Amino acid sequence: MLETANFADEINRAQHQSMQMDSSMLSFGLGIDDPKGIFGTTSGLAKAFGSERVFDMPTAENAMTGIGIGAAIAGSRVLMTHQRLDFFLLAMDQLVNNAAKWHYMFNGMMKVPITIRLIIGRGWGQGPTHAQNLQAWFAHVPGLKVVVPSRTENVAQQLHQAIMDDNPVLFIEHRWLHQQSCHTESIVSLEQPLEHTQIVREGKNITVVANSYMLLEALRAAEHLAELGIDCEVIDTACLHQINWSVLHSSIEKTGHLLVCDSARKEFSCGAEILANLSENCFGHFNRAPVRLGLPDYPEPTSYGLTKDFYPCAQAIACKISELLGSKKSLEAHSPLEQSGHHDVPGSWFKGPF
Amino acid sequence: MKPLSDLYQQMLRIRLVEEEIANRYSEQKMRCPTHLSIGQEAVAVGVSSALTIDDKVYSSHRAHAHYLAKGGSVNKLIAELYGKKTGCTGGRGGSMHLCDLDAGFMASTAIVANSIPLAVGHALHFQTQNTGAISVAYFGEGATEEGAFYESLNFAVLKSLPMLFVCENNRYSVYSSLDVRQPSNRSIIDLAKAIGANTIELDGNDVVAVAEAANEAKTSILQGKGPVLMECHTYRHREHCGPNYDDELGYRPKQEVEDWLKRDPLVLAEVQLPSTFSKDKIIASISSEIGQAFSLAEAAEFPSIDQNYEYLYA
Ligand SMILES: Cc1ncc(C[n+]2csc(CCOP(=O)(O)OP(=O)(O)O)c2C)c(N)n1
Repeated sequence: MLETANFADEINRAQHQSMQMDSSMLSFGLGIDDPKGIFGTTSGLAKAFGSERVFDMPTAENAMTGIGIGAAIAGSRVLMTHQRLDFFLLAMDQLVNNAAKWHYMFNGMMKVPITIRLIIGRGWGQGPTHAQNLQAWFAHVPGLKVVVPSRTENVAQQLHQAIMDDNPVLFIEHRWLHQQSCHTESIVSLEQPLEHTQIVREGKNITVVANSYMLLEALRAAEHLAELGIDCEVIDTACLHQINWSVLHSSIEKTGHLLVCDSARKEFSCGAEILANLSENCFGHFNRAPVRLGLPDYPEPTSYGLTKDFYPCAQAIACKISELLGSKKSLEAHSPLEQSGHHDVPGSWFKGPF
Repeated sequence: MKPLSDLYQQMLRIRLVEEEIANRYSEQKMRCPTHLSIGQEAVAVGVSSALTIDDKVYSSHRAHAHYLAKGGSVNKLIAELYGKKTGCTGGRGGSMHLCDLDAGFMASTAIVANSIPLAVGHALHFQTQNTGAISVAYFGEGATEEGAFYESLNFAVLKSLPMLFVCENNRYSVYSSLDVRQPSNRSIIDLAKAIGANTIELDGNDVVAVAEAANEAKTSILQGKGPVLMECHTYRHREHCGPNYDDELGYRPKQEVEDWLKRDPLVLAEVQLPSTFSKDKIIASISSEIGQAFSLAEAAEFPSIDQNYEYLYA
């Protein structure tokens, strides 16, 4: 039997390797060395590298971010972890006014090698303030790098390279990805150059662009549609600060159709930026107007009874694609994609609360 | 301890630099918001006298004195105000974002309290690397109203970091006096003590007192006794931002202004100088240095717009 690796363990492995490689590296965050170890992603680090280098911190996200930035300016390499992206909102001053601008504002004289892991929650009552993906905010600010992993195969590579990068990097991890797994032999080496924008499934009928958990949903939809004779090309935009536009342009030239699946609110989103760029540059290649899917423009409610359709799922993606391609397939045709069990958990492994 | 004549000369140099900035500001060639330190020089000079090149300094919007006292280049400062290529950040930062790494002046930043955590982070680096140097954060009393101040002080005390906090209490945040911002029966010193810091409260216009306190603080910090917060009472002579006096607005009591002007740090130091001390010669040499800095700045080129994309990422 083939050995498998899981996403959370891969994140953990990347941190161990990075701390090993750079003795100046510090890592801190609320609960980082507690018995749960941030969903297992930081377990064992404090023991392996000592409490001087890996430590829990005061509940003070803003100053602690500044302290991380200061240590990075001084010559340390810094990794911070927040159990929820929402908590990190207290640190916008340090992120936007200092980290993002430091290298630029001081004319290249200093650099800020800091990576900030932000975990996005979803479902099981995470509600309005424990489930926000604000990737577009961060991608909007010049000087920041934004990496949004979605696959076990390359998440360690992406995190390791984020840590080793001499710029501030936001690493936005979806909580529902943590239990994903893949065969160990398909794992990409830590040192292999990153593919900022990657075709994860080739196809000729339609280009489907996604990241984070939405990429998994898109891949499920694509697999199902293939059986119905619709051939989707699925593209992962993992690195939002440096989208490799030529990959997307070539894909549109080939398929003539586009669906962008955003893992955040649809309006004013990264998906909107992708759609704008492709409309500007590939206008003549579109057979139909491009389409977007994303989260609605209200906060995620908490109640089980209110969240049923908040997140577009594989079935919704499949329906959108058949509609876009003018296929006569009805909703029933996509019923194999219907989620079994509760809509607000990724699988039976998730029993809440976080 | 440095002799008083040295400390005085440094204060005088900073004063003359800033007065020249004020004199020429209306020419509209220095086109950036500029917060002068005139009246507050003793804090910068006294603290810097205790520091070596290895000790690192962070400051706020009102940073000229801190920068110059730490050894920052006057030519690069003036060129920066003119927005020239030869400025300390090549025109990218202006008066509120100074930097001279050769002097150990890391940075000043324009958002109130926002460089305090950076200084603490630098101290964290010093501690983990065992360097034997200290990190210094200068800030106004207004910054002690920001969350970042408490968060930073708490962490520095928690970890016993090699960190000196220097609060310049000039009683005003722009036009808002202290009594509309902080409870009158609670001092910044008490607050810092309650958080667990070692504290020194002193007359920030007495350069010798500041120098002694800073030396004492540094010794204690390097002995591993934890961070020290110095609260230095002082006063700015001119408007919050810009070259003028603005007391006609009436936001500061007349008597208060008069009392503090009498307690000008340069005047307080001058009366203690030996009779042999010749001020004129020093003024002549400083003035020529300043004149040259302005000529160089005026003559220098603007940075090229073609480089605006440079250094977005390291
Ligand atoms: C976060 C933030 N709020 C408001 C301002 C506007 N502002 C600039 S300087 C200043 C006064 C701050 O007073 P203090 O810290 O005591 O310094 P001082 O100007 O007296 O030297 C204010 C409110 C700012 N720059 N940053």
